[in-house]
Amino acid sequence: MSGQIIRPYGDTTGDGRVQLSFTLPVPSGTARQRALAEGAALQLAGKMGLDPAMVVHAKAIGPDFTFFIVYGRVAHLVDLSAVMVAGREFELLAPAEVNLRIRAALGRRLVVIGATVGTDAHTVGIDAILNVKGHAGEKGLEYYREIKVINLGSQVDVADLAARAAAERADAVLVSQVVTQRDAHLHNTRALVAAFGPPGPGRPLLVVGGPRFDPAMAAGLGVDKIFGKGTTPREVASYLVHALCPPGGGTAGARAGTGARA
Amino acid sequence: MSKPADHAPAGPRQAGPAVPPRLGLDPALVGEARQLAAQAGQPIVDMARAHTTVSVERAVLRLAGLSGADADGMPLANRLVDAVREQVGLERGVALPAWDALLRGGYPDLAALALDAAAGKATFRVPAGDAARAARDAARRALAGGFARIDANRAAREAMIAQTSDPPKPWIYLIVATGDIREDIPQAQAAAREGADVIAVIRSTGQSLLDYVPEGATREGYAGTYATQENFRLMRAALDEVSRELGRYVRLTNYASGLCMPEIAALAALERLDMMLNDSMYGIIFRDINPRRTLIDQRFSRQVHARAGIIINTGEDNYLTTADAVDGAHTVIVSQLLNEFFGREAGLADAQLGLGHAFEINPELPDSFLLELAHALLVRELFPGAPLKYMPPTKHMTGNIFAGYLLDAFFNLAAVLTGQEILLVGMMTEGIHTPFLSDRDLALENVRYVRNAAGGLAGSLRPEPGGLIDRRARQVLDEAIRLLRTIRDQGLLSAIAEGTFGITRRPPDGGRGLDGVIAKADGYFNPASEILDGSTIQEGAAR
Repeated sequence: MSGQIIRPYGDTTGDGRVQLSFTLPVPSGTARQRALAEGAALQLAGKMGLDPAMVVHAKAIGPDFTFFIVYGRVAHLVDLSAVMVAGREFELLAPAEVNLRIRAALGRRLVVIGATVGTDAHTVGIDAILNVKGHAGEKGLEYYREIKVINLGSQVDVADLAARAAAERADAVLVSQVVTQRDAHLHNTRALVAAFGPPGPGRPLLVVGGPRFDPAMAAGLGVDKIFGKGTTPREVASYLVHALCPPGGGTAGARAGTGARA
Repeated sequence: MSKPADHAPAGPRQAGPAVPPRLGLDPALVGEARQLAAQAGQPIVDMARAHTTVSVERAVLRLAGLSGADADGMPLANRLVDAVREQVGLERGVALPAWDALLRGGYPDLAALALDAAAGKATFRVPAGDAARAARDAARRALAGGFARIDANRAAREAMIAQTSDPPKPWIYLIVATGDIREDIPQAQAAAREGADVIAVIRSTGQSLLDYVPEGATREGYAGTYATQENFRLMRAALDEVSRELGRYVRLTNYASGLCMPEIAALAALERLDMMLNDSMYGIIFRDINPRRTLIDQRFSRQVHARAGIIINTGEDNYLTTADAVDGAHTVIVSQLLNEFFGREAGLADAQLGLGHAFEINPELPDSFLLELAHALLVRELFPGAPLKYMPPTKHMTGNIFAGYLLDAFFNLAAVLTGQEILLVGMMTEGIHTPFLSDRDLALENVRYVRNAAGGLAGSLRPEPGGLIDRRARQVLDEAIRLLRTIRDQGLLSAIAEGTFGITRRPPDGGRGLDGVIAKADGYFNPASEILDGSTIQEGAAR
């Protein structure tokens, strides 16, 4: 089989075997009901492209539902050459390098404001990125000498956040969104963008993060960057430097000032 | 010997947890830890006694039967307390000016007075002499009515348990969180039929920071359902129905936390909730509520819970979601000892202290399960009379649901081996989505298997003296005692400010809600506290 075209691998190359589990709102209390339920599960699996499919487990959940585990073979081919990958567009830097780049490019500390906005009361994400203690063995942004961190905590009003960002002349605004029910994270992100206005000179870098964000949605939502699940403080710091402190010193960077040390 | 039992539709159960293994901790050390916690906690109790908060005062009105909201949806309790505060201050409490105005104005009830107050049509004063005596008497009568209802609820709970049955421990604790009370009810009933002994209705995110309790049945919440008096009533009625159907009393839990902790405690007592999340420090650490506000509010709310027979659940498990579960193990013990001290001081019996902890050690750490057992045994032995609440892994649930299912099984095993009594059931899809129906079913299957297979194992195990479990438990206790000594010397508020708990720094004058804290003046009058402090003869059923 060509390296570019693949199928799922069960125990033999090209066997196309996959596993699947789901619940259907059908009873399976009697033998007749159970047969009907399994038939329904097979029909769904067939429509999903599993052929042949086999129900290996069916269990009633209460009087009205049945849970299934199904194995089957899919005929679909995966063309690796058609897979698009959003790679990391910036270099991962050590804290010392981050500090050095900020000093060289800005000549002052980089100002970061962090918060959760709207209804979201969960500070665990923003704290993991900002607090000295950090996350996943990496120190948070507060640990970086050249980064000034202002953590506003939870449920900050986006207008207040924008006002504070202006007052502090923030280079970047970091917003964490954990709650995703009814797409709250997307609503809140749009409200954030509305409060700060379109990207351009004068707008701080808008960075949002949370476990259920799709990093590919940044442009669509109007923010500069989205970080997904498992992001570490070092990645965020490296990105901020990439975006705000281009190598070679204080020439570029619309917001970088003139190198005044005051 | 384990013997299969019969009654739960969820499957066979043990007759109860086997006696957990004992570490044989030095009683002198344990006594020292408790004494240090008392010394660290006493200044906080003194502060709480010397202060009141807007929410404590609103709770007084709610206990006297005030409910409802104005046209803007703002509760009448808020309107009345705000008006009194504006005109005469709250240094002497809301009750004296409120009942004085009620009597003077000839209002039929507090609600009518509150509506006038909101419209700027009521004038308040701090009465003296006969007027003060009359206001006090009227307030005491109103509060006696509220407490009679709470006492009747407590009796009704006992009667319901006698009529159905009290499920054996560990109680299986499941969460419902749709945002819509009308959706929550069938889900809660279904969960009870599947085996849940305790239903927790998660609150809408953000409610902890509201300085009022929303009114009425609610159908709009994010990641949870608003805690309101009407939602409490509806859910308790639904669980009474399913308790009768199953022949097993299903307990209801909500959250007395956040800025309205005392009011929510009052509403829970009035609507016969059975357990309440009620930590002395959680709101400070994780919701950035002002430390003084929370510590004052927690005392009053715990007094209410004590009276209502409500089991509180403390939130130490949360520390381990931010701090490392090994490095921070002793902070859990310290917080439990403080919660115990504050709880007992407020009148809670040990059987009402659902002290929390969690199974959150990184599973890649060698001997992680032994360390978990050491921590769980230490908590069990330190608090023999407390119905411990054990929380499943969340931090190291990676999205690999198969590995997560295994980790949950080890959590369940640790729970049965160490005699945990309130078991929050772990979901293999933790951190991915609100649990599917099938996630919950598989989770309960996991619990049932472990309980059936190993429920009797606890009685046959003993940690080897000097072995890893034994040494680790002693080490954590030693670290806890050292930290308690520091806290006692520097003061709890400073310790909180320095990030001792959950590695989060919270200064005493930071956070939300400090403007709602009021120092009591001479002549402060609180008819609810009189009853709760036992400083007045109960007027019992007088109505």
